Amino acid sequence: MRHDHLITAKQLSRENVEAVLDRAAEIDADPAAFADRHDDAILGLCFFEPSTRTKMSFETAIKRLGGDIVDMGSVESSSVKKGESLADTARVIEGYADAMVLRHPSQGAAKMVSEFVDVPLLNAGDGAGHHPTQTLLDLYTIRENAGLDDLTIGIMGDLKYGRTVHSLANALTNFDADQHFISPESLKLPRSVRYDLHESGAMVREHTELDEILPALDVLYVTRIQRERFPDENEYQQVAGEYGIDLETLESAKDDLTVMHPLPRVDEIAPEVDDTKYATYFEQAHNGVPVRMALLDRMLEDNR
Amino acid sequence: MSDHQLRVSKIPRGTVIDHIRAGQALNVLAILGIDGRAGETVSVGMNIPSDQMSQKDIVKVEGRELSQDEVDVLSLIAPEATINIIREYEVVEKQYLERPERVVGVLSCPNHNCITNANEPVETKFDVLDEGVRCEYCETIVREDLAAHIAVK
Ligand SMILES: [Zn+2]
Repeated sequence: MRHDHLITAKQLSRENVEAVLDRAAEIDADPAAFADRHDDAILGLCFFEPSTRTKMSFETAIKRLGGDIVDMGSVESSSVKKGESLADTARVIEGYADAMVLRHPSQGAAKMVSEFVDVPLLNAGDGAGHHPTQTLLDLYTIRENAGLDDLTIGIMGDLKYGRTVHSLANALTNFDADQHFISPESLKLPRSVRYDLHESGAMVREHTELDEILPALDVLYVTRIQRERFPDENEYQQVAGEYGIDLETLESAKDDLTVMHPLPRVDEIAPEVDDTKYATYFEQAHNGVPVRMALLDRMLEDNR
Repeated sequence: MSDHQLRVSKIPRGTVIDHIRAGQALNVLAILGIDGRAGETVSVGMNIPSDQMSQKDIVKVEGRELSQDEVDVLSLIAPEATINIIREYEVVEKQYLERPERVVGVLSCPNHNCITNANEPVETKFDVLDEGVRCEYCETIVREDLAAHIAVK
């Protein structure tokens, strides 16, 4: 595998992460200095499932570096509909672009494509698998707000299918971070993620209730509990309330708690939290652009 | 002549897979893709008393020697098995199974949402763990009943 594909957060060493975050901070401080760094670069966007925001964030990032995009468009309007394999589609688009971004509903899709293409590939989400660029912007946000060492973080919600959670948990094992996982029994971390965390020597502490651990947290990372994951609506209603954050929930939190969410949210975080000092999720979303700029900048630089 | 040799007669040439965990003989045949349709003579002994294992299964396949791929997968399902290559009624080679680091193209991934189940030009690849195997694409870990995931060739 090429060293510059980014398929899973497990590839990221502490050194890699810090290099990207430092570059992102430089970009944040002086975006104009990067405005024409890659004015001949074309980024190929292959989104096999709709994700307006992630796509726009990549599009913005490459344009702010002076580059441009080619976009395969929606699956409905493409040759995929005629039955073309992903491997073929990727090999064709590779010929047009200097780097590619892939979002696909199947787990392992990015890993497979990385075996077929020669340009750097960025995994922008593969089913319930990985979402490493989201992880980098999450880490950037955590570093800005709470620091990445001596950190106690709670990760709450749908831990089973939440790819942002899987990637973040893996990446955090590079740092001195105590990770606590809070979810209903049926949405606990999958075996494969627990396996990786154990392998890397991280402690996996699991909770079913937030109040057991909330007062100790520096960061609370909330994800959406998807209604459709529950076989029965009553079961969903029971847990939904349990894992929602409002002002009352936060009464026992530290003063400098940082509340994050990869968005979109539904009702996990009450709007009344938005105006508090805890709320960091919109900042987190905005960090996507400088972080993706930093990542693309480093990738394209290597390939000049 | 020991008791079990009486039950399953000697073969002129082929493979004898001995010391299979009791109950796994049919899975072993499934791995090898042997269903008798090719006309080979296959003898199966099940629940045979054994000094080492109290009970074991044994499979004898005439006229067929196993490939390395087949041996690798066997090692996941019947790790204690020994493979005896027979020529002229004699054991000419005795192999003990070693667990491979990975198995390619043999198991199918139980995750329906895995890219290897999506009609793409890739072979399945599984890393072999201390317990079970792990899909290199979707990372699903399979610990129970590996035999059920053998991709029938
Ligand atoms: Zn798989």
